Amino acid sequence: MRPLVELRGVEFVYRTPQARRARPFRLSALSLEVVPGEVLGVIGPNSAGKTTVIRLLTRVLEPVAGEILLEGASLRSLTRWQLAQRVAVVPQDAPPAFPFSVEQLVLMGRYPHAPGRFFERPEDLAIAREAMAATGILELAPYALESLSGGERQRAALARALAQEPRLLILDEPTAHLDLRYQAEVAGLLRRLNRERGVTILLVSHDLNLAAELSDRLLLLAEGRCVRLGAPEEVLETSLIEAVYGCRVGIESNPKTGRPRVHMDWAGAAAAGRPE
Amino acid sequence: MALAALGGALLVAAAGALLLGSAGISPRAVLAVLLGGKAEGIEAVVVLDLRLPRILVAVLAGGALAVAGVAFQALTRNPLADPAILGVASGAAFGVVLAQLFGLGATVVAALGLSAFAFAGAMVAAGIVYLIAATDGRLPIQTLLLTGVIVGLFFSSAITVVISVVDFNRLGGVIHWLLGNLGPISGGSLGVFGALSAVGLWLVLGRARQLNLLALGEESAIQLGVDAERLKRRIFVGASLLTSSVVAFAGPIGFVGLIVPHMLRGLLGPDNRLLIPAALLGGGVFLLLADTLARTLVAPAELSVGVITAFCGAPFFVYILRTRFRGIP
Repeated sequence: MRPLVELRGVEFVYRTPQARRARPFRLSALSLEVVPGEVLGVIGPNSAGKTTVIRLLTRVLEPVAGEILLEGASLRSLTRWQLAQRVAVVPQDAPPAFPFSVEQLVLMGRYPHAPGRFFERPEDLAIAREAMAATGILELAPYALESLSGGERQRAALARALAQEPRLLILDEPTAHLDLRYQAEVAGLLRRLNRERGVTILLVSHDLNLAAELSDRLLLLAEGRCVRLGAPEEVLETSLIEAVYGCRVGIESNPKTGRPRVHMDWAGAAAAGRPE
Repeated sequence: MALAALGGALLVAAAGALLLGSAGISPRAVLAVLLGGKAEGIEAVVVLDLRLPRILVAVLAGGALAVAGVAFQALTRNPLADPAILGVASGAAFGVVLAQLFGLGATVVAALGLSAFAFAGAMVAAGIVYLIAATDGRLPIQTLLLTGVIVGLFFSSAITVVISVVDFNRLGGVIHWLLGNLGPISGGSLGVFGALSAVGLWLVLGRARQLNLLALGEESAIQLGVDAERLKRRIFVGASLLTSSVVAFAGPIGFVGLIVPHMLRGLLGPDNRLLIPAALLGGGVFLLLADTLARTLVAPAELSVGVITAFCGAPFFVYILRTRFRGIP
């Protein structure tokens, strides 16, 4: 099967005016294939390069070397709106600057499908309503985003991304700042979207257990390098995770799903400190 | 619907402004002049040469300022942005004062030259504010407002220097103009004013849908297919053009771009596709009312319309600051 996304030796270095004083960051020789229909989890410590991968995949940043292919075509050969028809991002929670309603937000997801039009078409509204129904927020449509809870805003952002009808759905920390119930809701929703609609998902998360449960494969990044790529039980190994995160952990198998489950070894952490 | 209501309000306000004035002309006489019955006499001069052009300038200037306000607010993702607060109006005013040094008169060519100077001043001021306030491509609210005020003060001082150094008679009426003054302008100037405002409106309104997406943040807008850099440049030019043409022909009138968009956003919501045409009409209504007040409050003398808008606008600014930004450190 042709990969949906292919990264070939992608390199990136942040070059900003402040770069001399900023801590240098570089993403080195990242090669990767995302298979249609899979859930790929991207994990790693802070400043491992997870957000950079999202920005490269959406051409917010351009690689300094290597190439990114989407369905066999170079990312650079697509216009911004052509790319947005195929790849959608659910960003971390950030309410818009002005009090847009849920429906207005979700309709924004239709922009790349008719970028020259001033108003949305009737079919755009139908698709937006379907996306809101899929995430269970149809009854919230007229309300301002500011007035919603964090979990509801997260689902509105997800509906906006679904309205783009993307082939690849990228989620940036979808459960950060959510309480347990909303975490469970969002996780269930993602699993359903993947299984019932065949949406390919790239899940960036700090939550190793969420990533282990939802993902078919995990990509472990550290300091801009791919440390390991494989099935969750291959990546979430005690010695590897301890080395990459610099702390003691315990990993066992979830008896219900068979997926690995990581927990902090609080007693060991206090004794060991941060080995470096 | 909302636009029709605003259009109706604009017509009513214009009719009221035609009837009111220090000359004390009866409504019947005004109607007679308008319907082409009498083209001579004192009534005709007052209505056709004084009141009507003044109303046109007020409607045009108010609409242009309100649209510029919406544009700057969308661009900076900040409801407190306004051409005057951002220092853009002061930059344009400095351009106009410079142009007057070269003795530009009242012809169409002169009107174009005046606008060019104002536009250059507005672009320079807005560019300076952006360069100072932008950190990592973002425009934090506090930095932006402070920078705008400082740049505005700088250009105001520069204007004062020019006025002090140059023979006062060469800058006739400049003080009155600096306060914002809707005195009648020649037909040619009015045409230039209208044309420049139309171009500015087209630049902004044509990208209203993309401006909505920009409210999600620049990165999200890009990820939704918007070319954010090109969008920002176009809106920047459009809003500066609107601001500078108002400054060139009516002076730096403050706060219209702050008050009108904020009230309309509360009534109609934040969708720029509705907000921008509404601001065009609502700004016209607002400035027309303010100018009618300015003409009648101390009749037969006259206040500058900028004084009225500032008296309304300053408390309004404090109100938004206190209610919307209470939590921001």
